[in-house]
Amino acid sequence: MIGFVIKRILGAIPTVLLVSITVFLLIRSIPGDPAEIMLGEAADPASIAAFRAELGLDKPLPVQFVLWAKHVLHGDLGQSIFLNQPVASLVWQRLLLSASIILIAVGIATVIAVAAGLFAAWQQDKLGDIAVVTVATFGLSLPSFWIGLLLLLVFGIKFGWLPVVGYVSFSDDPSRAWQYLVLPVATLVIVEVGVLTRMARASAVEVLRLEYITHARAKGLSEFAVLFRHALPNAFAPTLTMVGLVIGTLLGGIAVVETVFTLPGLGRLIVEAIYARDYPVVQGCLLVIAIAYVLVNLVVDLLYPIFDPRIALE
Amino acid sequence: MTARLDSRSRLRLLAGGLLGAIVLALSIVAIFWTPLDPNRLDVLHRLNAPDIRNLFGTDEFGRDVLSRAMTGGTTSLTVAILTVAAAIAVGSTIGFLTGFFRGWTDRLVMILNDTLLAFPGILLALGLSAVMGPRKYGTVLALSVAYTPKVMRVVRGTVMSLREREYIEASRALGNGPVYTLVRHIVPNAVAPIAVLATAMFGWAILMESALSFLGLGVPPPAATWGNMLATARPYLTSAPWLSVIPGMLIAATLLSVNLLGDSLRDWLDPRM
Repeated sequence: MIGFVIKRILGAIPTVLLVSITVFLLIRSIPGDPAEIMLGEAADPASIAAFRAELGLDKPLPVQFVLWAKHVLHGDLGQSIFLNQPVASLVWQRLLLSASIILIAVGIATVIAVAAGLFAAWQQDKLGDIAVVTVATFGLSLPSFWIGLLLLLVFGIKFGWLPVVGYVSFSDDPSRAWQYLVLPVATLVIVEVGVLTRMARASAVEVLRLEYITHARAKGLSEFAVLFRHALPNAFAPTLTMVGLVIGTLLGGIAVVETVFTLPGLGRLIVEAIYARDYPVVQGCLLVIAIAYVLVNLVVDLLYPIFDPRIALE
Repeated sequence: MTARLDSRSRLRLLAGGLLGAIVLALSIVAIFWTPLDPNRLDVLHRLNAPDIRNLFGTDEFGRDVLSRAMTGGTTSLTVAILTVAAAIAVGSTIGFLTGFFRGWTDRLVMILNDTLLAFPGILLALGLSAVMGPRKYGTVLALSVAYTPKVMRVVRGTVMSLREREYIEASRALGNGPVYTLVRHIVPNAVAPIAVLATAMFGWAILMESALSFLGLGVPPPAATWGNMLATARPYLTSAPWLSVIPGMLIAATLLSVNLLGDSLRDWLDPRM
């Protein structure tokens, strides 16, 4: 088990390195001279040259990468051009908001999906199953930004229960902060619960066919015990992998939801930085999100043997 | 390996086909004709509620929402079709070759592929569109680069399991060359998983294109797409809610159709799933 954990953790290191190189090259492949873009067209050649030297742009590409990586390892992601702040602290503040929305939403969606999936598998091909699958397929087809707008329309404008624009952070006013998070979290739950439910149902259907379930029933266990004590742990493992994928999709796609609800999260930051051509910020966001995704997958891999111990033995 | 569909599958196929046909028909008709000029400004009829002249109302510039939704469909479907075609063409070519011939090129390509797969797809598309700037074909390129690694992995996996089958060995034993074996025996057997993947990818491409356009990083205005129509609808949520409802409904209808058709396709090709 410990060998498995160490192997997985070491295995993530090359991925992180390759991901960093990709992010670095992606930003470098933007047409035009970064120094010129940052200083504007009106800048004189001397100050452009000085700025190029400051950024290390006069050195060969591999050297530039090593310099950049060294800074990153020291927690220095560079300086934002327009916001005049270190990228690292900027990204960190925004990441906290985005990550809490995503994790709360995925947590709620997983609980609903596992319950609904288990129920549907138990009722396989009966009315309850058909209803769950139909609702899940509808959910799968809803774009988050549209659901967000509709929720705003109904709960923000029609009923006036929740605020429509703006954001108050938890450190400023905890009693009001949650009101700004209800709709974004609800949006993500609605959008992601479908895919998770379908996955949970599919793996529960597989598990319920197995002989040990028949055996558990033959022992006279209640259906509740059969489903939750015996079927759930085995059926949950594939769903967990899907949870990792969903978190990844949301890490990348959170920008649209934050745009709908005017939330100052990481997604908004990257989009605004792209508009403003604030490339150090774009680079920092891409790197942090990509590494976060690698880590999420690592955590999923490490949790997997808890639900399916066969994996660690291989 | 195909099977007759049961009644539920047939219902899904019918519903998905019908929805898809409506969206497709609107988008194709829009190439030749729309009720009104989708880009004509009409300040006297700004933010008009749906009526007989403008069935879906008008937007903040007095443009006809139905006409814009129709041409938006043309754009979105074109982008999605091109994206899927490019990703399937490039991804499966590389997947067939590396999966069949293996060797160090395969290992090298796999490292590159796994690196790209380590990014959430939309993030990669976001980064690439930052590099290229908002352009219609830039969006196609960004999305196809984001999806090619997925295709490659599926195709390579399929090829690797197929090449161990006995009929491939038989083809070799008959003295057929590797290229003949690949094209004659492996490619046809890999069509089914590629078709299932292509259907799913078409849905993702529609969604991603809408998301990028919604963020202002996809197809640029004044061209209408469902995504950028929703983006401009946000400030008029109170005064003109139809602006937020209609484009989203079309995206959802398209995705629902793709999901239903995809499920039917999978049932038909592989009844065990």
